[in-house]
Amino acid sequence: MEDYCISIRGVGKRFNLRESGGHDTLRDQIAGLAKRLLGKSRAQRESGEFWAVKDVSFDVKPGDVVGIVGHNGAGKSTLLKLLSQISEPSAGEIRVRGRIASLLEVGTGFHPELSGRENIFLNGAILGMTKAEIRSKFDEIVAFAEVEKFLDTPVKRYSSGMYVRLAFAVAANLEPEILVVDEVLAVGDIQFQKRCLGKMADVAKSGRTILFVSHNLAAVQKLCTRGILLKSGSLVYDGSTEECITRYLASVKEAQGELTGYAVNQPLLDSQSPDAPIRVTCLEMFDLEGAPLHHMDVNDGFRIRIHYECTGDYAKGAVSVLLQIRTHLGQELVRLSTMPVSGYEIDHLARVGYVDLTIDSLPLVGGRYLLGVHFYRPHVEAMLILSDVVTLEVAPTDVYGSGIGMDQNQGVIVANHKWHHHVIVPKGGTPPANL
Amino acid sequence: MTNNTTERILRPTRGLVSVNLGELWRFRELLGLLAWRDVLVRYKQTYLGIAWAVLQPVLTMLVFSVMFGKLAKFESRGAPYSILVLAGLLPWQFFSSALSESSNSLVASARIISKVYFPRLIIPISSVLGGLLDILIATGILLVMMPFYGVEFRWHLLLLPLFFVAAFLPALAAGIWFSALNVQYRDVRYIVPFITRLGMYVTPVGFLWQTQLTGPWEKWRLLYHLNPLVGPIDGFRWCVLGDQFAPWWPGFWMSVGITVVLLIAGLAYFRQVERNFADIV
Repeated sequence: MEDYCISIRGVGKRFNLRESGGHDTLRDQIAGLAKRLLGKSRAQRESGEFWAVKDVSFDVKPGDVVGIVGHNGAGKSTLLKLLSQISEPSAGEIRVRGRIASLLEVGTGFHPELSGRENIFLNGAILGMTKAEIRSKFDEIVAFAEVEKFLDTPVKRYSSGMYVRLAFAVAANLEPEILVVDEVLAVGDIQFQKRCLGKMADVAKSGRTILFVSHNLAAVQKLCTRGILLKSGSLVYDGSTEECITRYLASVKEAQGELTGYAVNQPLLDSQSPDAPIRVTCLEMFDLEGAPLHHMDVNDGFRIRIHYECTGDYAKGAVSVLLQIRTHLGQELVRLSTMPVSGYEIDHLARVGYVDLTIDSLPLVGGRYLLGVHFYRPHVEAMLILSDVVTLEVAPTDVYGSGIGMDQNQGVIVANHKWHHHVIVPKGGTPPANL
Repeated sequence: MTNNTTERILRPTRGLVSVNLGELWRFRELLGLLAWRDVLVRYKQTYLGIAWAVLQPVLTMLVFSVMFGKLAKFESRGAPYSILVLAGLLPWQFFSSALSESSNSLVASARIISKVYFPRLIIPISSVLGGLLDILIATGILLVMMPFYGVEFRWHLLLLPLFFVAAFLPALAAGIWFSALNVQYRDVRYIVPFITRLGMYVTPVGFLWQTQLTGPWEKWRLLYHLNPLVGPIDGFRWCVLGDQFAPWWPGFWMSVGITVVLLIAGLAYFRQVERNFADIV
């Protein structure tokens, strides 16, 4: 018998766009998707189906820590759903040996009316723990979450920090043989991320198997022993993490080509999952005067307008938008979120609208930067992650007036500065003469 | 060490899929917890709390007794009208609240369904189970009221658990059908209140069908028992009021038979659409 804990053979997932009318939001989704498909091949439109994952095969050995990367719509999340048995493959076969736990969000099944204690049991059971297991880990969970005093308070009265700590504490005490983690854990505040990643590192060290989907390339690089790159539903690379990330970044670059000012990665916008709770319909970039952005110098500002479309209703503050800027090598430079970073609460959010973010001045040296837009429910789940969706070209301006254009050979950021040299003359002596 | 654990194979399924009872059994704790959650949540944040489980049947009983017993002067064959109504109300109310709760259960659990795997059948089953507490409380009320109305306790009461099962099964069948239908056709949310409202008058809750289907109507008796609640209601009345109210057995078995058919067909339908739940809810 081969030594694998997951074996995936020719797996595919087809979404039939004509299937099942009646359900209103579904009809909306289909209409929206059909509209976007108009731009695509005729065959695809006529058959009314598309493959979110197509003919993917690989094995995972016990102890592997696999990072799955790829653009939005590459099929990463769908693949995880197939693995965790949430949705059924349309083709192929998956064999799983051992207990698998999928962590696609934290706090699944938490009920706001129930107390912390009650939710621990409920959430634990939903994640696949037995009552006995939960009871034996109960004290540990409570201690980790630091909610002893509020155990009998309904979680709707919890602060969002307490809520997440509790939700995460339950998840962290899962002891599956195989852990499947979606990028939920890659959004939110840095401290929370660190905690999640730390816990995953512990799990990995204990020799268990992890499958990890993320746009957080640094995390993938740090944690994973193996990388898998998906593109339009197919597996295009399976091997070392470094090579996988290099290829991913190359494919981002390739999609952009030569540009001045900025370029929106349209295919990426088009490939957003039809069943996402929120979608970005259009991205616009303006200069500070409100004219379309054509050219950026170092220290110039810009405004990005994010048009969205969503299916649900979200109360004030329930949704946070985040703008991420990283270098074309994937190094993160800026991370601005409406909440908590900027302290700006987004109003009640429903149907369509746009969010403007104005950056007064961007002190980045000339070169190419990638902008990502995330929508998420703070501490709950990622709703939409569009990484590297805009490429921004900053001209290597001679900001210091020295005749040298500042580009990425001179660091990453610019700083207003002054040099001054002062010679210290020893007491009672003369300056040392140059010999 | 992981090699001794069983291997699960996930592949596309076609045609009829059987219900995996072993798997359901493995998830029994989750089933219990979800039913318990439903009960807790139902009465949290209500001012009267669990008192609603007492008030609802008692008030309905009063209204029906006055409406059918006093105003319409329906025949009760010598039994106190209130007890007659309450005995019929127990299975009916269990059924109708189970139906309302469970028909929406899958849709309400959409988030969980799209994030975690467990046998989906657990969701409608747990919401039907969540109604058991109410019917037990209502049964308690009935037992308290019986001596008050001069109805003696008979050995027949020992058979009551059997008729509990007979009332549970149609509720389960309906819950499974409508929860699955609701995923695909949101029309269900209009149909269900209609069924529960109209059904209360079509089903012999406030009257004895034996006193209504007489003369030329008598030949429709068997057809009338296609309503799966008629059999269990007769059974409840038999247990409470004695042999004079014994079910008409051919009709009773008709009710049970249709229940079993609906249940099996419901399970088949549920399994059929289950594979796509996560993709369409």
